[in-house]
Amino acid sequence: MEYMRLNKKNMAVFIEELGKICEVWGPVKDGGQVKFAPVSNVKDMDLDGFKNSTMSPKEIFFPQSEIMLSFQRSGEGANIYRDEQAQPSKKAIFGIRPCDARAFRILDTIFKNDQFTDNYWFSKRDATTLVGLGCSEPCSTCFCTSVNSHPFDEKGLDVLTSDLGEHYLFKALTKKGRDLLAGISVLREPSDANIEAHMALRKKAEDVMTVQFGTDKVKDKTVLELFNEDCWSGISEPCLNCSTCSYVCPTCHCFDIQDEVSKEGGERVRNWESCMSWIFTVHATGHNPRPTKKERVRQRFMHKFKYIPMKRNGEIGCVGCGRCVALCPVNIDIREVVKQMNS
Amino acid sequence: MNARTNKIREIAKQLLDKHKVDVVIGFKKGTIPLKNVPYFARNSKEADLLVWDGNCVGNLANYLSRMGDKRSAVIAQGCVSRNVVGLIQEKQVNSDNIYIIGMPCTGMLDSRKIIAAVPGEITEVTENDLYVIAKGRGFEVTMNRNDVLSRNCDRCTVRNPVLFDELAAEKVNEQEDPVRYERIKAVEAMSPEGRAAFVDELLSPCIRCYACRDACPLCYCPECFVDKSSPQWCGKSQDSSDVLSYHLIRAFHTAGRCTECGACEDACPMGIKVRLISGKVEKEIRESFDGFEAWKNLKTQPPLTVFKRDDPQPFVKE
Repeated sequence: MEYMRLNKKNMAVFIEELGKICEVWGPVKDGGQVKFAPVSNVKDMDLDGFKNSTMSPKEIFFPQSEIMLSFQRSGEGANIYRDEQAQPSKKAIFGIRPCDARAFRILDTIFKNDQFTDNYWFSKRDATTLVGLGCSEPCSTCFCTSVNSHPFDEKGLDVLTSDLGEHYLFKALTKKGRDLLAGISVLREPSDANIEAHMALRKKAEDVMTVQFGTDKVKDKTVLELFNEDCWSGISEPCLNCSTCSYVCPTCHCFDIQDEVSKEGGERVRNWESCMSWIFTVHATGHNPRPTKKERVRQRFMHKFKYIPMKRNGEIGCVGCGRCVALCPVNIDIREVVKQMNS
Repeated sequence: MNARTNKIREIAKQLLDKHKVDVVIGFKKGTIPLKNVPYFARNSKEADLLVWDGNCVGNLANYLSRMGDKRSAVIAQGCVSRNVVGLIQEKQVNSDNIYIIGMPCTGMLDSRKIIAAVPGEITEVTENDLYVIAKGRGFEVTMNRNDVLSRNCDRCTVRNPVLFDELAAEKVNEQEDPVRYERIKAVEAMSPEGRAAFVDELLSPCIRCYACRDACPLCYCPECFVDKSSPQWCGKSQDSSDVLSYHLIRAFHTAGRCTECGACEDACPMGIKVRLISGKVEKEIRESFDGFEAWKNLKTQPPLTVFKRDDPQPFVKE
């Protein structure tokens, strides 16, 4: 069946039964933050009033610091290397928002090309089933409809969930999703009215979230035209050049690899890095091709709205989650930036 | 529009029209509730976008050291004016190029407190001298302004600018802080293990975005120790010892210089109370050096930057 229905009264059983198939993750409150974490019980989840996780869920597949391998000194200075990739657990994540799932799809194309596959990303990603939750009430900082998506976008999800009040309606979108739901006893066939309610919810959310900016002129302008626009000085002027926007972003994916070495051996760690940082582009000679925050700020927005679309058939490198809008310490609003790029 | 906003615009227009300054650094209204954006007005039309309300968080002195030779006017409350004094004393700015529009301050709002006090997403916030009203879908909550101030503003004892060329409002009454260092004293009272666990917990949400450093007017080094790669002083990973090293070393660099403006804490996207660390250093300085407070005037230098022959601490001479 494409659609299945769950009475919320049976949510505890649903989570329990999922838990027998694989590890179950969901949104949980952790201090002042909301994050995706393993849950053993429906009560662990923070679904009441849940909007989205504070940090993007990319950290599940691409942690901020990840040990890639370790090495040990032995005998006459020879090093013994050990692959440190853990065998990832099979998991289902409940409550992923469609924007974040689309971000995973973009990152899939970045962590794999015709020559290389990044196993650190894919080993965890492939073992995961995404049970997404459509956004019935998008936040005011959200703008997915302006970046070719919508609050119930199915691309990237294995299952789409609609919150119908008394029930959840599940729509299985992939084999992974169908296989997962097939193992659950408390799912029922939905009524036509349930499916209509889902469609109405989707329509309402799309209507609420009007398109806030266009990207047509960004597409038409050449790279150099955009690069040399006057707007960059003004856009970057209030910027603190911290890395908040990059680190909370679901599609930012740059990293730095460091060997952390002691006398006996060490570990090779990859850590998130940000193009907002001065050190990101400084050369060994001391020359820095992005010497001021103007060049660094320009890079971030050009990457999302020009370079990624150029290389990936028009797909925009921003999914409209709005985390950077909400968390930028000086309120640099990506929507306003793109409006200027598109003017 | 409030009187302070009006007055700022009037002053800014005069300064710009008479070419007394090249730029006026203030705030304009932000794109989301409870946020204003630092704004750089360069003509009288742009001056009309300047605003002043409880959402002007962050320390504008931070931008002064990056303005080069431009003649800049800056809107400065007590804390910001002290940081301007600091930048002048530390020779990061030329005082001839700075015009201070003094702003007696009634404190900035703590957006986290306000967001936590309402049942849904806030779409509009209005305020007056006494109240803050937050509205959203299906709710309207009125709060006492004093209850939702940033913690550093709530306890601020230097609300009036210490140095200014012109004031944009009447001076306000200064407050006492009878329970100064209350939170820090509570941490000091813990066992060493308890303190270690407390600091671990405090810093566990840190994502090392360095917003706390980048929002701080004291942090003007062209290359921060944490960015040095040769030699590399500090590990780059999320290892808790590296995260702690960053925060501790940064706090030490603020010793005798911190004005407790709270820009670090306001900038933190994860809501970490980073002032608990820099505040401990500030407390040590105050207690070791006769109640010293940084940058209250242009003459008194921070104790750690001067040498005195009669220094009471003998280790200096040994």
